Amino acid sequence: MERWSRSSEFGPDDPVVLTIEGTHGPIIHAVTPAAAERGARPGSRLTDARAIDPALVAVPGDPAGDEALVERLARWAGRWSPLVEVDGANALRLDVTGVAHLFGGERKLVADIQTRFAVAGLSTRVAMAPTAAAAWALAHYGNAAAVICGKDTGAKLADLPVAALRLPPEATRTLERLGLKTVGTLAGIERRSLARRFREADNPVDALDRALGRKPEPLTAVPTSRPPRALLKLEEPATRPEAPSQALERLIPDLVQQLQRRHLGVRRLTLIGFRVDGSIGVASVATSIPSREPKHLHRLIADKAAALDPGFGFDAFALEANWTETLASAQDSLVGEPSGQREVARLVDRLSVKLGSDKVRRPQPHESHLPERASGWRPALEKAEPVDAPAPVRPQRMLDRPEAIAVVYATPEGVPRRFVWRRAVHDIARVEGPERIAPEWWRERSTARLRDYYRIEDQTGRRYWIYREGMISDGRGGLPEWYMHGLFG
Amino acid sequence: MAGSLSLVAAGGSRAAEIPASGSDHPQDGRLPSRPSGLGEPWQVPAPPSPTLSELFATSPRDAGWTGFLLAQADRSKPVLWVQDRMAIVESGRIYPPGLGCGELIHVEARDAKLALWAMEEGLRCSGLSGVIGELWGDPAALGFTATRRLAVAAERSRVPCWLVRLAATANLSGARMRWRIASMPSIANPFDPRAPGSPAWEAELFRARGHQPGRWGVAHEADTFHLAAAPGRGTLVEVERIRA
Repeated sequence: MERWSRSSEFGPDDPVVLTIEGTHGPIIHAVTPAAAERGARPGSRLTDARAIDPALVAVPGDPAGDEALVERLARWAGRWSPLVEVDGANALRLDVTGVAHLFGGERKLVADIQTRFAVAGLSTRVAMAPTAAAAWALAHYGNAAAVICGKDTGAKLADLPVAALRLPPEATRTLERLGLKTVGTLAGIERRSLARRFREADNPVDALDRALGRKPEPLTAVPTSRPPRALLKLEEPATRPEAPSQALERLIPDLVQQLQRRHLGVRRLTLIGFRVDGSIGVASVATSIPSREPKHLHRLIADKAAALDPGFGFDAFALEANWTETLASAQDSLVGEPSGQREVARLVDRLSVKLGSDKVRRPQPHESHLPERASGWRPALEKAEPVDAPAPVRPQRMLDRPEAIAVVYATPEGVPRRFVWRRAVHDIARVEGPERIAPEWWRERSTARLRDYYRIEDQTGRRYWIYREGMISDGRGGLPEWYMHGLFG
Repeated sequence: MAGSLSLVAAGGSRAAEIPASGSDHPQDGRLPSRPSGLGEPWQVPAPPSPTLSELFATSPRDAGWTGFLLAQADRSKPVLWVQDRMAIVESGRIYPPGLGCGELIHVEARDAKLALWAMEEGLRCSGLSGVIGELWGDPAALGFTATRRLAVAAERSRVPCWLVRLAATANLSGARMRWRIASMPSIANPFDPRAPGSPAWEAELFRARGHQPGRWGVAHEADTFHLAAAPGRGTLVEVERIRA
């Protein structure tokens, strides 16, 4: 609703409802306060609401857009804690264990969350509790806009309706019919009698246990070990384009220190700039071998960081090592010269960052007889796969696509005598061949033709690798065609 | 260098190793002791320390220079091979199985400017045993300053650098050695007279620091360079006279 109201021509006092398509006509998805006053409720049918007040304005809602917004906000909420999970359609769960002191205490953290969402034009209800279930219940059904509870969770939950326990609708309805309207009354019932009545997995006893922390309920998105990450908050939003570069100078030493402590080296590094309007800017680089050398990392990411668009201004930066590998402290040599291998790896990193990892490559042989398939390339950032490749005579250079040439030869399978390539005639002085390469029937269509390769030399001594595709008698097409494929050095 | 050249007319030691075969070159008739057209060992005029050499291919459809360059390149450490887009389209992408063993990093650069940048980055890295850059035509980015930068970078890091120019004119350049390479009819194949043998090139050194410019017909066999008859010039002796 709030996302919609930011970009609409209706005033806040208009009775507007957002609808989604249901099985029997439009269903109300969200309402403005004015519409709520006139009896429109989310979940009821539009026709029913119109019967109460015909003046309601119905606008089609956009649930997919809402979902995307919540996901974007979840990433943005990474500024407060590395563990953020989208919970349902309209809630975010943050694991703030050990985080609050960075923001000056729990109270200040909650206030910070509220103000930042308010700046972004979104109203929030924040609850901080020892368990995720309790926080959810307080945020959705509590009275205050912000609640923080510690040991008194049970007391705070007592007044909430049983729906706050997030039970299946049938279970909630049963409890309400039994007269157990609040969590407090439910907690007062003897466990055994409750357990006898509710035998299925999602029962009130379990829900109560989860809320009070007697049963674990971890965030599903918990990574086993958190990636090393350095955070920098700015006093004021920085709109200058050099802000990310300056932030890097502060963040890299911090991150490198963490890496050193954990004996890790970076393979992929990401700089995230948090903008004031709730969006983020990301710059990411990869390395070919794990590294934690500040100068090298800075050089890699500096260009991409400088290109980040500040928009309305960055107010925080996070530098995260998303992919790390173990890297023991090492001394290259006694005289302190950097080892060649590491130098080359750094060169590859620098080249890959600027030119793109698909442009900087190393040879990767494959098990195949077709020349273009036998010798592939892999990005130099990736590791090699060992392959036993035979070593027949091959040209030093190959055309990416074989080029059709006109050849004078003794049919049907004689050696070539003369050919025209790129509109110039070459008289062939010497020939060696053919080397017959059959199509790979397990990979290609049945009409693929064999190739007869010839090593040829023209009268000026230029050496080429040409082939005739197919034979006249192979029944896979007409006359065989000739192609220029490689150049010998 | 000069010493090995002066022996040209006299030597005959290699003739025994190479079986006589039906000669394809009528011009070889004047050297009956050497029907294969292979002469004395030849040492490539090399700069005293690693630096920038420029290499002009006489024609983009002639890849002979690749063999000439690889025959003298040190492959003990990785080689950075930079090609710009036009070089790949016009005269082919390098094909690792044909290049022999040795580590290789290939860079496909969009234009000459990026290719030069990649070469210069490579020259700063002492872990390489060479940087080879192929540029097509006469790009504006490749002026005297650009070549001079490469030369200085190569000399500072002691990594040899070859700048290969395809379909280019030899303008002002900071390169210490400038070659022009063309393919020559190959050495007679001892096993099959109709097949191409070991490659031969006509190599012209037209500018060099500390060396006399010259022009040689050379072939590469059994890991050494040998003098060979240049096409249309008759014998090895005549080649020598042109040079002198």
